[in-house]
Amino acid sequence: MSEYSVEFKNVSKKFGESTILHDLNFGIHEGKITTILGFSGAGKTTLMKHILGLVKPTTGEVIVKGTTINELGELPLREFRRNFGMVFQYAALFDFLTSFENVAFPLREFTKLSEKEIQDKVLGLLESVGINREAAYKLPSELSGGMRKRVGLARGLALDPHIMLYDEPTSGLDPITTHMVYDLMKETHLRNISRGFSSIIISHDIHATIKYSDYIVFMEKGRVVEHLDTESFKRSENPVIRRFLEL
Amino acid sequence: MVQLVLKQINSIGESLISLVNGLGDFTLFVSRTIFWTFKPPYRVKLLFDQIYFMGNKSIFIIFLTSVFTGAVFAMQIYLGIKAINPDSFIGPIVTIALAKELAPVLSGLVVAGRCGAAMAAQIGSMKVTEQIDALEVMGINGYQYLAVPRILGAMISMPLLSAIFLLVGYTGAWLIATKVLMIDPTLYTQKISDFMNLGMVVEGLIKAAVFGYLIGVIGTYQGFNVTGGAEGVGKGTNMAVVWGMITVLVIDYFLTTFLAQIL
Repeated sequence: MSEYSVEFKNVSKKFGESTILHDLNFGIHEGKITTILGFSGAGKTTLMKHILGLVKPTTGEVIVKGTTINELGELPLREFRRNFGMVFQYAALFDFLTSFENVAFPLREFTKLSEKEIQDKVLGLLESVGINREAAYKLPSELSGGMRKRVGLARGLALDPHIMLYDEPTSGLDPITTHMVYDLMKETHLRNISRGFSSIIISHDIHATIKYSDYIVFMEKGRVVEHLDTESFKRSENPVIRRFLEL
Repeated sequence: MVQLVLKQINSIGESLISLVNGLGDFTLFVSRTIFWTFKPPYRVKLLFDQIYFMGNKSIFIIFLTSVFTGAVFAMQIYLGIKAINPDSFIGPIVTIALAKELAPVLSGLVVAGRCGAAMAAQIGSMKVTEQIDALEVMGINGYQYLAVPRILGAMISMPLLSAIFLLVGYTGAWLIATKVLMIDPTLYTQKISDFMNLGMVVEGLIKAAVFGYLIGVIGTYQGFNVTGGAEGVGKGTNMAVVWGMITVLVIDYFLTTFLAQIL
């Protein structure tokens, strides 16, 4: 059994003439919080799309939970994606559904649970992320940015995923809410760690990253500059990382 | 001079490439929606939601358009040919025109304006707020979940709306002809049954279904191709309406020619 939940083996990605990812070789540790860090345009989002199988590498392999996902066909890949939960930059809640219905959505689509079971599970999930009953029946447009992120997290957790991805989870949030969201992510991770749950955060928020992550992958111009545990990362002598740390 | 000519050639070339790219993209979109139409799960509730939105919610505007179209058309025919005793002709002319052309085409224009725009705006705003990405990450195909019910919904709603248009338009024309122009009601209906047949109604309904399909495909395609933010959504919505209406009018000509040969 691999110690990694996600592995990149010789992964390169080209769009037309421009190379976005250059020969990536690294693994994301299972059961840990790993942050993919870097400036804008470093290739973080493209990397995340490779993990989800939304983009296929030009060369190399992306192995998730022992499965080479770039070799999967369309339908098996869609099924495989149920291993992932995802929180989007601006939550990406379905705006025509209430918070409750947003969280219930994947359960209704992919499980055979009864409405009563769905209700219990959804309300439990919403409660675990600090959303009360009143807010559960509101539309996303009636919620604050922080609450939308919480509902997004609850929706991402609905199918008990093995890997949780967060794309710039604190974009547009004030500092207090930012820390609340990170605390929640950490709590969620610890609550699910017994089943090999891994959290992958795409971010450029260096200070929160250092506080909450176990590992940091630092990317620049499509290359992995460093992949270290957080303590080693803080001591890195790499000039690019030093510059980033001093921001 | 040579530079100017080269610039012109370059510009024409770029336009051609863009046109071919657009056609290829559209063809791919259409083939994907056809593929996902036949793949389970079949989302019947979503289909009925769309039929309700496009059909039921369009009835009032179809009613208004059709009653006045029938009334005005009857009046215009009467005024245009009153020198040759038009009493026998108004009924058949108005009803045949309604059944074969006015009902499907005007319903198509109304639905393109109302529902084509709504499809592009709904899907476009879902795209720019990453809601379609969220569906994909969950393993749900966006074409199957968003495009297929809308396309099928438009295809089913349009013949129903067109039939309502025909009935209400017929009633409007009948009221003007018999109550305002004082044409004998028996003669009016008698002449319609002399000149009309079921094939004419079927022709109109087939046209309506084809227009519905095209409006659905164009509206959803524009939604899926929205880029940027709110401005992109507005542009996509506008394109859905413009192309939807143009397509209805252009395809109407070819369909009329084609159906005239087989019906």
